[in-house]
Amino acid sequence: MTSHCRYVLRLADTSLILAQRLGEWVGHAPAIEEDLGLANISLDLLGQARMLLTYAGELEGRGRSEDDLAYLREESQFLNATLVEQPNGDFGQTIVRQFLIDAWQLELHEWLQESKDPRLAEIAAKAVKETRYHLRYSAGWLIRLGDGTEESHARAQVALERLWPFTGELFAADDVDHEIAQAGIGPAPEALLPGWSARVGAVLTDSRLVEPPVTPFGWHGKQGRHSEHLGHLLAEMQSLHRAHPGATW
Amino acid sequence: MYTQGLDSLGKDCLRDEAQDIGGLEQRFQSRIDAEEKIEPKDWMPEAYRRTLIRQISQHAHSEIVGMLPEGNWITRAPSLLRKCILIAKVQDEGGHGAYLYSATETLGVSRDELIGQLLEGKAKYSSIFNYPTPTWADIGTIGWLVDGAAIMNQIPLCRCSYGPYARAMVRVCKEESFHQRQGYEIMLRLSRGTPAQKEMAQQALNRWWWPSLMMFGPSDAESKHSAQSMRWKIKRFSNDELRQKFVDFTVPQAEFLGLAVPDPALSWDEAAQHYRFGAIDWNEFEQVLKGHGPCNRERLEARRRAHDEGRWVRDAAIAHASKQAARQGSRAA
Amino acid sequence: MTESSRDWPLYEIFIRARAGLDHKHVGSLHATDARMAIEHARDLYTRRQEGVSIWAVRSSDIVASDPADADALFEPARDKVYRHPTFYEIPDEVKTL
Repeated sequence: MTSHCRYVLRLADTSLILAQRLGEWVGHAPAIEEDLGLANISLDLLGQARMLLTYAGELEGRGRSEDDLAYLREESQFLNATLVEQPNGDFGQTIVRQFLIDAWQLELHEWLQESKDPRLAEIAAKAVKETRYHLRYSAGWLIRLGDGTEESHARAQVALERLWPFTGELFAADDVDHEIAQAGIGPAPEALLPGWSARVGAVLTDSRLVEPPVTPFGWHGKQGRHSEHLGHLLAEMQSLHRAHPGATW
Repeated sequence: MYTQGLDSLGKDCLRDEAQDIGGLEQRFQSRIDAEEKIEPKDWMPEAYRRTLIRQISQHAHSEIVGMLPEGNWITRAPSLLRKCILIAKVQDEGGHGAYLYSATETLGVSRDELIGQLLEGKAKYSSIFNYPTPTWADIGTIGWLVDGAAIMNQIPLCRCSYGPYARAMVRVCKEESFHQRQGYEIMLRLSRGTPAQKEMAQQALNRWWWPSLMMFGPSDAESKHSAQSMRWKIKRFSNDELRQKFVDFTVPQAEFLGLAVPDPALSWDEAAQHYRFGAIDWNEFEQVLKGHGPCNRERLEARRRAHDEGRWVRDAAIAHASKQAARQGSRAA
Repeated sequence: MTESSRDWPLYEIFIRARAGLDHKHVGSLHATDARMAIEHARDLYTRRQEGVSIWAVRSSDIVASDPADADALFEPARDKVYRHPTFYEIPDEVKTL
């Protein structure tokens, strides 16, 4: 598999797994309006995932469709950032996870609009509008929770400390990233860090939350080495499709 | 001349009721008879207001609870497109619940009060959502039959006498037809698929057929609210009329799928141009309404959990808004 | 279990469907602040590309006319039909009036 294909799969899988997590909330959110809000983000992310998976399948050239890639790959073949496979936890943890990814996706999608890969540029041009809205939503909620009641503040801080260690992976480059950056297809991961840090820092200040210390990260989801959570998530996601090989739905 | 706020009643409502009530009721009924719409601040008989609050809120509760049997399959949807469609559908249902709670609130009750009644087991919602969705085919069947039955009920409601309810129904009906089509499309794929898929579809139809017929409610002779609701143009067709129409529309759809309707007494009456169908087990319906259906407890527990576990979130939003208001106040000072 | 005193405030929502049209009342929703009201309105009322602009107003800020005064407020306009163009008969030969 080429680095180009791997790179597109990383983006696709990150959106797909996050969409899957958000889908778990439907019917269980704190208010009807948040059921709709989270479902809206899930749908946007699924749309991005489908476009990217289809493109990855074309780049791969083995005739795999978006569904083949989503439902028939093993855990080690998924290349999502480890952050998105973390469980929903409470609404605070979901919002923190969402905010950290939205801030990253905004830097990423803005950069990708200028990608030398016209297909990625096109996908990013659509996605960036969605991401702006997602960030508005998640940042808005993070501020309400961080600067709300004592309880909401405590829960948000706990969630932030739990999820912060997974953010390092977003900005660490490996060989695939080097190749992609060289070719002008994608950004050098560390190039996204200043913008992300500034935006996250500002919102955390407004939320009265304390930015956790940098921890040496130890996560490699984008290389197919995942936390224990992905296995369970995929078992649920893929079970029906796998139970009927070759069937169409 | 002007009254403050949409939540306060108009002057007519504050008049001495003992003196004027006969005249007010007559004028009200003439407006109904002339197909005029009643709006929130208009005078209305207390019983009309109460009936509407009950009916619209039950409808709202049904939409919200209805998110659960279908939401059950979002994480396991067998293709990404089906996952998207199912999320969009369940999202619509939440939206319908929101529109309907809004419409109920125009009658002078708060959404929080209504939700409280639901969670305490004091309010009713459509019996159909107390059945489980053990297979993917149940998702197709719900869209095809349950949404189909709902559409049959809802289209006449677009002309109901109470303005906010009628308008909410127009919006709901626009969105509902996609719901039924996506369900039928699922059934088409299944019935033309593998033997296992076809069997899954048939089993689901066997499970959902009779509960869907029960959705229209008992025969109107048994229903205590029917006559008055018809006079007030809240209800426009009888339960039996709607049920018959549903059967007439749906049986050919089942035949097209190559699936058998689980009713040995089903037959076409050429003279009447209707399908004759077997007796409904109203005992099952009664039991489910009383809370003894397969999923009544689970559905309410899920909604209670969401509500209780979400309380700190709702409180945080209010606290934050107060803090913001205080800051702006002190800045302006 | 019930929290009646801490319900989120009610907002009325008005949507402009397309440039050139007026904002139209579409219903109400609950929110705690203006930003949330706009986002909720967007998610609730514009899923099918039904809007280019949203107005959200606290329901308590709306001042409404009283239906009991409908006669005094609106009846006098009814007999001033000379305000309507159709009241006037213009010969067919005159094209542009």
